[in-house]
Amino acid sequence: MPGPYELLLLPFVEYGFMRRALVACFGLAIGCGPIGVFLILRRMSLVGDAMSHAVLPGAAIAFLMFGFSLTAMTIGGFVVGLAVALLAGSVTRLTPLREDASFAALFLISLALGVTLVSASGSSVDLMHLLFGAILAVDNPALVLVAAIASVSVATLAIIFRALVIECLDPAFLRSVQGGGARYHFLFLVLVVLNLVAGFQSLGTLMTVGLMMLPAASARFWTTGIGPMLVFSVGAAFACGYVGLLVSYHANLPSGPSIILTAGALYVFSVAFGRHGGLVPGYLRAPHYQR
Amino acid sequence: MRAPNASIRIDNLTVAYDRHPAVHHLCGAFEAGSMTAIVGPNGAGKSSLLKAIVGLLRPAEGSVDLTGALRHDIAYLPQQAEIDRQFPLPVLDMVAMGFWRRSGAFGAITPAMRAAALDALAAVSLRGFEARPIGTLSVGQFQRVLFARVMVQDAPLILLDEPFNAIDTRTTTDLLDLVHRWSDERRTIVAVLHDLDQVRRHFPQTLLISREVIGWGPTEHTLSAENLLRARQMSEAWDEHAPLCDVHAAQR
Repeated sequence: MPGPYELLLLPFVEYGFMRRALVACFGLAIGCGPIGVFLILRRMSLVGDAMSHAVLPGAAIAFLMFGFSLTAMTIGGFVVGLAVALLAGSVTRLTPLREDASFAALFLISLALGVTLVSASGSSVDLMHLLFGAILAVDNPALVLVAAIASVSVATLAIIFRALVIECLDPAFLRSVQGGGARYHFLFLVLVVLNLVAGFQSLGTLMTVGLMMLPAASARFWTTGIGPMLVFSVGAAFACGYVGLLVSYHANLPSGPSIILTAGALYVFSVAFGRHGGLVPGYLRAPHYQR
Repeated sequence: MRAPNASIRIDNLTVAYDRHPAVHHLCGAFEAGSMTAIVGPNGAGKSSLLKAIVGLLRPAEGSVDLTGALRHDIAYLPQQAEIDRQFPLPVLDMVAMGFWRRSGAFGAITPAMRAAALDALAAVSLRGFEARPIGTLSVGQFQRVLFARVMVQDAPLILLDEPFNAIDTRTTTDLLDLVHRWSDERRTIVAVLHDLDQVRRHFPQTLLISREVIGWGPTEHTLSAENLLRARQMSEAWDEHAPLCDVHAAQR
């Protein structure tokens, strides 16, 4: 029977790839956690998912031109993701179409274009790798990319925090006192795309959305303020990365999905038992106050 | 705040939805330090007029010119703020948003600002609510929070769109006192209202509108029985086959 040391630490002590995977999770948690919180607060939870599909043609074009180069595919994915985000954002701002509809329309166009390009390239194995990642194959340049994006993301969010919160909460107010609230929204969309491509190598774009949304959605059940929500979702995302890596190591499961399933378990637990609005506490009748 | 002396001049303003005018060839002015009620039936263009003044709607024709104030100096209380009430924000922070023109995106909320925000909450009888999340307030309480935010904006121009909706009688009286105090400070006040008795008692000036100006001037004069009848006769429905406006036709 292995002791706690063997269970919880030894895999990271013994294997460099496990250590790098853990660091990647840490970086992704710092970047994606707060983005997820804002996506939920802006009622854009599905936009992350849409964007993760939308980056495909960029990666595919890069793959066709440069072969399997992580740098090229990251840049390609970022450029196309950015284009889709900005186009969809502009359609939302300039026409009566709502944000969910404009994102749905553009990501589907982009996805279809991507699939066409992939099938033209013949091999789809490497692109599967892009969508679902291989966290155990994370190398040092990929770690640097994750760290850099997390830093840029956190710093930018800190700078635009107040404006972004007001723009989320009461956009007409921001327009009446300053005008040009759109720039914060677009900056935020850039951060969403950046964080998605940060997860290219490690989790793949589809799974990165999981690390973005699940801890943030869980945070809603345990905290009431924006600050605590941000801290909770970063902490929870990292904890899910750690636990998920251990599960995948010991049970010999694919690592990316293990991490996201761990986050999924946290989410289900939060929905059931969360202090603020969880099902079970809501069902149990607590004694009420005098006033 | 500098001594407010701000007026709004409206020149041939038309605001349209799908080319059907909601405000039609409106001309006139809200003079500096005036206190005007806007009255009219539903769909008469009252809210559209305010939105055009604030710059939230683009005029289809004509213009709104401000003297003595910038467009961003207007404190505007919308009728139905598109605010997500589930947003996890405490009441005090909501009020402190009103300091944006001074704090900007980065500036600190100073202890003096904090104190002013607490005073504003006290003025709308919400002392003790500062730490509550906005989602826990009733509709009327939340409207009072928005009123407190208008207070801390300390603006020379104040536009209120049905400000006393859902607010209880006692608080309405308090808030009307506050509006009078603003008026004494020579701020320019425009309020969309439906309660004609309230308008007669508190507002010296009235604009009666039903897409076009029916009357604009001293309240008693504007709210004559004849004018009110004319305002009621406005057809609310769009005519899908309405011809182009005469003014345009004349230009052709």
